[in-house]
Amino acid sequence: MYEETKYLTAGDKALNMEFGNSISVEINNKIRSMTEAIGTQNIKGIVELVPTYRSLMIHYDPLKTTYQELVESLRQLEDKLESIQLPAPEVIEIPTLYGGDYGPDIENVANHNGLSIEEVINIHTSNEYLIYMLGFTPGFPYLGGMDTRIATPRLGTPRTKISGGSVGIAGSQTGIYPIDSPGGWQLIGNTPLPLYDPKRENPILLKAGNYIKFKSIDEKEYMEIKEKLKTGDYQYNIYPKVEEGDIDGSN
Amino acid sequence: MGQIKINKPGLLTTVQDLGRYGYQQFGVSVSGAMDHVSARIANILVGNDENEGLLEVTMLGPEIEFMDPIVIAITGGDLLPLLNGQIIKMNKSILVNNGDILSFNGIKSGCRSYIAFAGGIEVSELMGSKSTFTRGSIGGFQGRALKQGDILTIAEPSKPLNSLIGKEVKKSLYEYSSKIELRVIMGPQDDAFTEKGIETFFNSEYKVTNQCDRMGYRLEGEKVEHKDGGDIISDGIAMGAVQVPSHGNPVIMMADRQTTGGYTKIGNVINVDLPKIAQAKPGDTIIFKKVELEEAHRLLNELENNIDIIKEEVIKEIEVVRTLNYKLKVNGVEYNVQVEEIKS
Repeated sequence: MYEETKYLTAGDKALNMEFGNSISVEINNKIRSMTEAIGTQNIKGIVELVPTYRSLMIHYDPLKTTYQELVESLRQLEDKLESIQLPAPEVIEIPTLYGGDYGPDIENVANHNGLSIEEVINIHTSNEYLIYMLGFTPGFPYLGGMDTRIATPRLGTPRTKISGGSVGIAGSQTGIYPIDSPGGWQLIGNTPLPLYDPKRENPILLKAGNYIKFKSIDEKEYMEIKEKLKTGDYQYNIYPKVEEGDIDGSN
Repeated sequence: MGQIKINKPGLLTTVQDLGRYGYQQFGVSVSGAMDHVSARIANILVGNDENEGLLEVTMLGPEIEFMDPIVIAITGGDLLPLLNGQIIKMNKSILVNNGDILSFNGIKSGCRSYIAFAGGIEVSELMGSKSTFTRGSIGGFQGRALKQGDILTIAEPSKPLNSLIGKEVKKSLYEYSSKIELRVIMGPQDDAFTEKGIETFFNSEYKVTNQCDRMGYRLEGEKVEHKDGGDIISDGIAMGAVQVPSHGNPVIMMADRQTTGGYTKIGNVINVDLPKIAQAKPGDTIIFKKVELEEAHRLLNELENNIDIIKEEVIKEIEVVRTLNYKLKVNGVEYNVQVEEIKS
């Protein structure tokens, strides 16, 4: 993390607050705090915030504020950031059916790491993964914190179509495909929860700065959840993140 | 309320408004009209809210059949619009009738036209916008470009049609040329380039390649030299950002750009100049000129003032100075004729 946050111009309607030049939980926490804190303030002219790995893009309307005014307000807010009470990040449970047709590459992952399928599932479901940012396609989460014991290189030949909800591993990263798209990830499972649903009140399920936790389910539960989602009876399991020493969970 | 039928879709005709804001943090592209100024003017001319949904037409225009009387206005690049085969004026609101056919005859200047319909296009808003994002099948008309046989509904305008006709922008705010100067603000990653690289960027002529679409414009020319490659840890991308990946050729990021990206951005085209790039075609040449942020904001204010002036002119009600009544006899039939003299 930089000692002093950099304020960088990104054209005449946006600026970047850059907090560091690496991917780290510490930097991402700062970005989340700043994003949340701006949300509690009423800073004139702010249009939209886009948190990413190590910076926060602030889109603003220069007809309503000046760059100097905006930067001044942001610096002041940054100074008192410690004293602002912010809600704890949330963890959302992602029920996932592992293996079989739902996760055809789980054996690759097991074989590559000398583990049983059971062990792969246990390891994959044990950590809470930080959502560093969303991008690439609507609702796609860039997750951190996967256990390196299940790291597996991408497929030699990418699939032309991966169905939405697929849970996969690429190198030391894990992720979920929100919508059908091509890709080379090793698919280990599938979640019935739509990450992107234009008809839902919040079309995107996940939010940068929060966490996800995978939970292993069987096919019967998978179908039940699908049914409940259809009728609107499914209760998302969301709870506040409990602070711990190593939230990166990479050991 | 009225309907229009798409007889021929053209190259790429989509429903757009001024964009989908507030969802970039979730990975949803902004989309919206590429040439936001022309889109605003088109809506102003037909008495709509500036952000109302309209059609963005690209290079090869569509053929549209009107099934009801509707007031329309066409702005932006001049693709030679015809009504029933007759040339019609751009930048002016006109009444079209049931059975009339709007077509386009080629490219005179620019490459994107905007057709606004008094009352606006009736499609539901998705995440607060009517804009179409085709890559994600989001918004607009069924999340896609228009196809032959599509029927779109035009909402009832708030004013009677005859009060909306004849509104005109006399002096265009932009001229679309094939030699384009784009003013650029440095950053956010200008420090990733060598002095020589930055010099190259501002002193070379770049050509618009065939790879130019709503997502971005790939340019070709003198390579811009990096200090240490063109990759960065992904961050946000603003409209008009000039990305330079390791290959050294600039790419200007446009309306359908991805929300985040991992390439160095040497600078950002200023807002006032975005319509110029939105109207650029393959083969056009581009030079970049450095400006300071204060200058960009001054120019933006100036543009807004000019749009306000157009708005006032258009909204201004026609004032009748005097009314004269005549009785005319033509071939033995008597007509009562009323002439209204208006203030010019």
